[in-house]
Amino acid sequence: MIGEKPKGLRAHLTLTYPALMLGIFFIVPFGLMAAVSFFHRQPGGFYIPGFELTNYKNLYTALFGRTLVFSLFVAGLSAAVCVSIGFPFTYFITRMKRRAQVVWLVLLMSVLSLSEVIVGFAWSLLLSRTAGLSNLFVWLGLMERAVAWYPGFMALLFGICYLAFPYTVLVLYPPLSRLDPALPEAAQTLGASPIRTFFTVVVGSLRNAIVAAFVMVFVFTLGAYLLPQILGRPRHWTLSVLITDAAIYQTNMPLSAAMAIFFMFVSLVLVALTMMIGKRKRIKTV
Amino acid sequence: MTKKILLMLTVITAWIVLLGVPASVADDALKVGAYGGYFKDSFDKHIFPDFTKETGIKIQSVAEPTGEAWLVQLEQAARAGQAPADVNMMSQTVMLRGQRTQLWTPYDLKEIPNHKYLLPQSINRYPDGRVSGIGAVGWYITLVSNTNVFKTAPSSWADMWKPDKKNSLGLLALVSNSFLLEITAKTFFGGCDILNSKDGILKVMNKLAELKPNVKLWYRDEGQFQQALQSGEIPMGQYYHDVAGLAAADGHPVRSTFPKEGGVYDSGSWAVSKASKKLKEAYIFINYMCRPEIQAKLSRKVGTAPTVKRDVTGLTDKEFSSVSSDIPPIIPRYDIYTGELSDWVNQKWTEMVTK
Repeated sequence: MIGEKPKGLRAHLTLTYPALMLGIFFIVPFGLMAAVSFFHRQPGGFYIPGFELTNYKNLYTALFGRTLVFSLFVAGLSAAVCVSIGFPFTYFITRMKRRAQVVWLVLLMSVLSLSEVIVGFAWSLLLSRTAGLSNLFVWLGLMERAVAWYPGFMALLFGICYLAFPYTVLVLYPPLSRLDPALPEAAQTLGASPIRTFFTVVVGSLRNAIVAAFVMVFVFTLGAYLLPQILGRPRHWTLSVLITDAAIYQTNMPLSAAMAIFFMFVSLVLVALTMMIGKRKRIKTV
Repeated sequence: MTKKILLMLTVITAWIVLLGVPASVADDALKVGAYGGYFKDSFDKHIFPDFTKETGIKIQSVAEPTGEAWLVQLEQAARAGQAPADVNMMSQTVMLRGQRTQLWTPYDLKEIPNHKYLLPQSINRYPDGRVSGIGAVGWYITLVSNTNVFKTAPSSWADMWKPDKKNSLGLLALVSNSFLLEITAKTFFGGCDILNSKDGILKVMNKLAELKPNVKLWYRDEGQFQQALQSGEIPMGQYYHDVAGLAAADGHPVRSTFPKEGGVYDSGSWAVSKASKKLKEAYIFINYMCRPEIQAKLSRKVGTAPTVKRDVTGLTDKEFSSVSSDIPPIIPRYDIYTGELSDWVNQKWTEMVTK
């Protein structure tokens, strides 16, 4: 059956269920949002159905541009950090004994059971002046007095990476564990140092997995909404925060829908570009 | 096989369609929305059981998120002919926004005889005079501080601008719920009249921008600030007088001060969604809530300011001053956040805060 195209009514029918669910829970809500983004905004009120481009024209502000660029930047940076730490980390895990691998993976998975809210508040406590880690350093004599390490950009980046890291490892684990150990061994037999082997052979042969992990973390962190409010300063608020403010606090559904659609469009283009670059490089190396 | 799948699909489709049918049809309880957390808990404990005992009307309390978020849900539900709650406690900004789309069922005051006790400002009206809401509770936003960090209480909103408060304030993040424009106007520009023009609003925002280095947290949710205030991490800011009072009563090192320019007085009103079919029960409930002794009970147990005239409540001077103040309050300029200027003000505000 694998690899064959479904034949006959029965095979097609099994596909209707996922298609129906996709339609009900994804395509219909998305279509509604797309429609609302063209509706007419009643100042101070709600909206009236219609068709106009005003909401998209209203996006043309320095505030929106700045926030859009920042959101993409912070997501890209988090993805880069997660992948550059996660890749060697996962590689070492896959070289361990089976039991140790399971322990590490279960530990990482347990982080996934924490919600963004809990992670945000936990980090704001750990980075605080009154109850945070700096008190521990003072006690150890490493610092003179306790300081607050939040709110700020580093705190935000830290929080986001903490949330996204387990996903990075989970995406990288299957391809890395499938990597033929004969490849790095051969390279080392031919005289390459372990570090050189890692960068040329392991990284080189898994370029696609790295790009996939990068894109996954990038898209995942684009939606960060609570962490920027808890761990960041107002200039670190992401587009998700502005979208929620417009939708909920200003009841400006048309503007928030337009922001969301434009944001998604830009992200999709960026993801497509990244994938294309990944593919082209692969063709070159082959 | 095919038949089975088809049957399954039919069942699923039927289930989805059925979910859309209002569940309230079979339900005879009056659904009352109150702000989730401390407010709803207090109502569940002190108010609703007595009401049911006296009238026989069952109450199902619904936890509201912030008023703005609840308005969006009510509005969307009403478009589909649904009412997530019949009677809702709504803040004034949200009352006015709902009025713009005729969301609230107009009241017949004859059905609410106890309205005679209310303060005149506790009756909300549509522009054409129909009654859209009845005052439920009043509350103040005041200047709060951590008593361990600041040994003496601040006396003026202007204290927030002082250089020694660097990186130590928690303020509400939105222009329409922080009322910081009004606070700044009253403190530095002699009153709220300066907010009548765009130029004036921008002047006030410039003054507010000077405050930014002192702000550590711009919060959207009270929970974000309360813990930090109690621990002294963020030792000062604006907060709700009633909740701060409760925290102090629990032994936390927190005080709430009415600054000499006045606290910000805001209030919640009872509003009935036009999609509700329980207007008769709602009248009985609202009338009950307007009784002076119930308002006094709310002041004593929940710490809110009464929406009825003070002399009928029977509150002692001490009780009254713990929920209110003789200093004339700052009254929010709701028109700015609900009128034609609202989108412009929100845009400028976000630019100012995030720059």
